[in-house]
Amino acid sequence: MGEVKLVEVREKILADNDEIASMLRLQLREKGTLMVNIMSSPGAGKTSLILRTASALGDELKIGVLEADIESTVDSEKIAAQGIPVVQIRTGGSCHLEASMVKCGLDAMHVSDLDVILVENVGNLVCPAEFDTGAHLKVMILSVPEGDDKPLKYPLMFSISDALVINKIDYLPMTDFDVESVKKRAQVLNPKINIFPVSCRTGEGIEDWIGWLMDKRRKFLAPSREERR
Amino acid sequence: MHELPITEGILKIVLKHAARNKANKVVLVRLRIGRLCDLEAEWIQNYFSYLSKGTVAEGAKIEIERVPAVVICRSCGQEYEMKNDGLISFLCPNCGSQEVEIVSGREYFVSEMEVY
Repeated sequence: MGEVKLVEVREKILADNDEIASMLRLQLREKGTLMVNIMSSPGAGKTSLILRTASALGDELKIGVLEADIESTVDSEKIAAQGIPVVQIRTGGSCHLEASMVKCGLDAMHVSDLDVILVENVGNLVCPAEFDTGAHLKVMILSVPEGDDKPLKYPLMFSISDALVINKIDYLPMTDFDVESVKKRAQVLNPKINIFPVSCRTGEGIEDWIGWLMDKRRKFLAPSREERR
Repeated sequence: MHELPITEGILKIVLKHAARNKANKVVLVRLRIGRLCDLEAEWIQNYFSYLSKGTVAEGAKIEIERVPAVVICRSCGQEYEMKNDGLISFLCPNCGSQEVEIVSGREYFVSEMEVY
């Protein structure tokens, strides 16, 4: 055994992912296509929010969807049935989307024709928070049946998201879920988070969410210096 | 759960530097990981032991230095460390402002390694 030597490395882990993500973000910006990464636990309503959003914006904008699932094409079939262009990414066991997977998905889409791409991440409140997908906006959904304690359990997801959609508010009368305490808990983690209580089933609150998204798109197309990223 | 792809990333970096330094064996790998990153040290070690089999990094020990989560308040200039006791707070404890900036805590680095 030779002499032990210390090697200085100083290299960023996930640098590959971050590089691809930054490149995607820039390329999409040049094309004027806004990409939104939608994250939540399984069953919180990612597909329902995508369907609501696409139908609200469909007349004005061209929407495309990237669907990520560990298995199956169930969600993408639902979206394709509405006539929305959709590409399915099968992550093959991976619990989150990485930028390289998003790149493959985008390569299979006519990106230049699209105004907005909605990315449905894998249902999971932990891992997707750590991986930059190249999206310009990060949106998370918390649904009422999951409980109002989730900001305490998954702080990273709440702290990195630009918007929090509280879905299934039509269930509120049947639960002890306290919307105000979720708002407070989320704002402590992320003072800049925008919160939208909605019901994708009844359509309640969807208008505010759409208004925010449209506003973000306007700023994306004509960004001030500070908003460029 | 995301420890596996992260560990793959770590191994890639380690093997690159091992080759560059003509190392016969990697004994120790030191990581600098911010407190705000959600990682289980035990999983990283287990995955690394598994993934590195048959390479010069087989059997290497992973040592993790956790970088404290520090934020600075843009309103009063106070710098403070966020303690992970219960809920991490992004409100300035001095003036209550929400305009705080993260100084450290999101690091994800392979800092150094011991080889022979």
